[in-house]
Amino acid sequence: MFSGYSLPELGAIFAMQGFAGLILFSVFVLMALGLAIIFGQMGVINMAHGEFMILGAYVTYLVSQAFATYAPALFGAYFFVAMVLAFCASGLLGMFVEWAIIRHLYKRPLDTLLATWGLSLILQQSFRSLFGAREVGVTIPSWMMGSLPLTDLIEVPINGIFVMVLALGISAAVYVMMFKSGWGRQVRAVTQNRTMAGAVGIDTERTDRLTFGIGCGVAGIAGAAFTMIGSTGPTSGQAYIVDTFLVVVFGGAASLLGTIASAFSISQAQSILEFFLSGSMAKVITLLVVVGILMLRPQGLFSIKLRK
Amino acid sequence: MLNIQNLTSGYGESRVLNGLDLTVPKGQIVAIMGRNGMGKTTLMKSLMGIVQATDGTVAVDGTPVGGMKSHARVANGLAYVPQGRQIFSAMTVEENVETGLTVTGRKTVPANIYDLFPVLVDMKHRRGGNLSGGQQQQLAIARAMASDPKVLLLDEPTEGIQPSIIREMARTLRRIRDEHGLTIVVSEQVLSFALDVADRVLVLEKGALVHDSPRAGIDEAHVSKFLSV
Ligand SMILES: Nc1ncnc2c1ncn2[C@@H]1O[C@H](COP(=O)(O)OP(=O)(O)OP(=O)(O)O)[C@@H](O)[C@H]1O
Ligand SMILES: [Mg+2]
Repeated sequence: MFSGYSLPELGAIFAMQGFAGLILFSVFVLMALGLAIIFGQMGVINMAHGEFMILGAYVTYLVSQAFATYAPALFGAYFFVAMVLAFCASGLLGMFVEWAIIRHLYKRPLDTLLATWGLSLILQQSFRSLFGAREVGVTIPSWMMGSLPLTDLIEVPINGIFVMVLALGISAAVYVMMFKSGWGRQVRAVTQNRTMAGAVGIDTERTDRLTFGIGCGVAGIAGAAFTMIGSTGPTSGQAYIVDTFLVVVFGGAASLLGTIASAFSISQAQSILEFFLSGSMAKVITLLVVVGILMLRPQGLFSIKLRK
Repeated sequence: MLNIQNLTSGYGESRVLNGLDLTVPKGQIVAIMGRNGMGKTTLMKSLMGIVQATDGTVAVDGTPVGGMKSHARVANGLAYVPQGRQIFSAMTVEENVETGLTVTGRKTVPANIYDLFPVLVDMKHRRGGNLSGGQQQQLAIARAMASDPKVLLLDEPTEGIQPSIIREMARTLRRIRDEHGLTIVVSEQVLSFALDVADRVLVLEKGALVHDSPRAGIDEAHVSKFLSV
């Protein structure tokens, strides 16, 4: 498939597609982060995670509309406001869902799967009723448009860089919270041994609700980033949930670094292969490679070594 | 300080504790002896709210804690060192101790806790799972102490630990009682440790207390008869 390209051309294609994959990478990282935190602590696979992301995307859309109408002079800054609101909207909905549904199902993993899947359908229909079935898109602020020419052949899209820095910044923040804050310590204790965490004085239910909220909130931010690469429709989240599972499993569910590395390799592989093959062929190859590696390393890329 | 009345508990249909009564005054160390499967762990778990009691009351320092969740019981002064230690193995020693701070609202571990277990100081940044069994036991006690308890519950702390360390542990527990005015309930199968550490020895058999005597003037032969199969 590489025939017909010269070596420097190939290099440039790889680099360009690589940079183009950065936003995809960012969306994966943020989605996987939320999914992994929730799965790690509660053993809940949140099938509605994609819809929490889309909620964030719709919030971003609404904010961009509001800025365009009421404060066009500040339009360049709408994205920052949108991000915060997307986090809050998805996070609050997440906490509500945990309180209303999930907490009653903790000991029944199959039922949480069904319940969150049902929730994803409900949310999709709500989006359709609220925002219409047609996809909506945001106008990217002018300072994020265009790209920086790196060499004659290679250009880097500015919004790609921006969103990636954002995603890495948020991952770093989550990492610091996980490993340095009291909340993070409680989350890790509950993740490792729920009963014992309660017996040393940790309010496991409160920790669960907060964690679910934060996981969903981060998905909301992923949604804000998503508006940069795709248009938002009621079912757009569906396409991402499978990829995100793949990222989490491939990275090793307990490792933040693994999640990032895995999101990076999967998004890059997909983006680069897409240039040479059709999109679905690229997905097939990525999937096969991931399955192959997981057969050799079932625990995922990264895992902590401990005496059992 | 700890007041248990008619405590009844079990798993599903099977009853393990049948209306157990026990009152432990402040500052007393009580050893509860019993063979395998007599209900020592079930008693501890029922006190902590890990196993739900079907009947009876538990009060700590006058506050009934019966219906409470585990973390609320800890907030009311109970602390628990489980059988098998159950430290958080992927977390560092320091973080393990810090999990105990949750109910106190403190940010840092009081120095006197590390004074009790100097071994832990050098290992602060090691993962708990990489400690030896004896060190993990000390860590589990330190973690329980971090919540500033009134009553400390220990479930077979000597299990799998060598005799010299067992004697050391008896000294440490008495020191904790003396320095912090703690009430301690420890379940045991090793009579020598119980005699070393306790002020009062009880025997649990088939979910009821069948023997209760102060340490002084205890009839050792009588108690060990309960423990032999
Ligand atoms: N999770 C459980 N489900 C059902 N039965 C249980 C459970 N845990 C313990 N039992 C039963 O309850 C009884 C008391 O067990 P428990 O663990 O309290 O004994 P123990 O005195 O702590 O024994 P050991 O000295 O071996 O630790 C036993 O007959 C045991 O089989
Ligand atoms: Mg036991």
